[in-house]
Amino acid sequence: MDCVTAPQDRFAIQTHQLNLWYGTFQALKEITVNIKPRLITSLIGPSGCGKTTLLRCFNRINERYENVTTTGEVRILGKNIYDEDVSLGELRKSVGMVFQRPNPLPISIYDNVLFGIRSHTRRGAFARSERDGMVESALRDVELWDETKDGLRRKATHLTLEQQQKLCIARLLPLKPQVILMDEPCSALDAEGVERIEELVDALREKFTIVMVTHNMGQARRISQECIFMLMGKIIEHGDTSQVFLNPREKETDMYVTGRYG
Amino acid sequence: MPIHLQRDIDFLKKQVLSLCAIVEDQVRLAVGSVLERDAAMARHVQDRDTEVDQREVEVEEKCLAMLALHQPLASDLRLIVSVVKINNDLERIGDLAVNIARKAAALCEEPPIDIPFDLKGMWEKCQSMLHDSIDAMVRFEPQLAHDVCGRDDAVDRMKHDIRVQLEEMMRRDPDRIRPLERLRAVTRNLERIADCATNIAEDVIYITEGRIIRHREGD
Repeated sequence: MDCVTAPQDRFAIQTHQLNLWYGTFQALKEITVNIKPRLITSLIGPSGCGKTTLLRCFNRINERYENVTTTGEVRILGKNIYDEDVSLGELRKSVGMVFQRPNPLPISIYDNVLFGIRSHTRRGAFARSERDGMVESALRDVELWDETKDGLRRKATHLTLEQQQKLCIARLLPLKPQVILMDEPCSALDAEGVERIEELVDALREKFTIVMVTHNMGQARRISQECIFMLMGKIIEHGDTSQVFLNPREKETDMYVTGRYG
Repeated sequence: MPIHLQRDIDFLKKQVLSLCAIVEDQVRLAVGSVLERDAAMARHVQDRDTEVDQREVEVEEKCLAMLALHQPLASDLRLIVSVVKINNDLERIGDLAVNIARKAAALCEEPPIDIPFDLKGMWEKCQSMLHDSIDAMVRFEPQLAHDVCGRDDAVDRMKHDIRVQLEEMMRRDPDRIRPLERLRAVTRNLERIADCATNIAEDVIYITEGRIIRHREGD
């Protein structure tokens, strides 16, 4: 469906003819995609196909690199985030991101959870009890409360990798994001950690729009409801995950998911 | 086990149970329409077959999606592959119920005829085999499945005895060949329903014990 004519509220993220160059190398080519709210969309494809680059367009984090040129439209909840009046701070408040390697700050668990909201509000904006409430609620949402409630002042870097990744998700929640971008959030974890993060992401999907880049096709199959397959900067196919893995429309998708290519 | 697979398996079992409930009901109504000479009931069974077909497709789609998305192994793999086959048998039972209903509709258009054998008793045997085979799958009870397989011979014998009896009646009274032949077709379809229930029970044994017991007579 053309994103210009699609009703705005049906999709959380829409791009229209999005192109991106790193210097002279074109990493994204004419990407037009509509991503639905409150479900998990996985981005799959071989290394270098542009999936992480596409993900990073959704919060304009690509712009931190030099020599990046972007054309086209990216609309988050109907608003073109490349418009001049868009504040990057506000954008990144509503579009949170979780990275491959957990990146807690070397401060307490408590202060990590509040770090985002503090940087978006003036000092003293919240009373102590409000802050405590936000921390408890965020840690409960990521199933980390029971394990950490007696040591909230401990340094977050002492947590296990799985706990750190949960904390990185918890850190987004006080900002009440609409969209959560995840760039291979389980790749640093062991098998049990992967399973628990997958369960957590599955539980969060009803409240957020989650877009997840993954190298692990098993993970895409297990937890996403929609799946986007990319190849050489283009979207080859976007559909229900079961359709993409059972009955793909495109030959390239078939070759990739059956392991004959990539 | 990943929660998502367990959730899907629970859902799949519910889908199969619900299909089975409809199919059991179809057989009950089809036989009822023969016993009661009820043409409207026979019509209802024929009309409702599209629902059975639609649900069969839904179960198959669910199984295929589960295979593709979860790539299950061991007991999960055996369960899902067997459900594909069980689903097929259930749909077939639905078709056999329609065959019975067609014979009932035809019998309604002819002068009433006494049914000279225990049709209700035969139906009850088939119905309990079907019910128990699905119960064995849902409750994971191989013993119940073995028990169902052991009951098929009695239904076969019943069908054979009825055939001999009906052929004798046809010889004595050639004017009644047509309705008697229709009754014979009803019992043939019922016996096939028992065969399908036995297939289902054999699949349940495969699910629970991992053994394929088909074609092993006399082993």
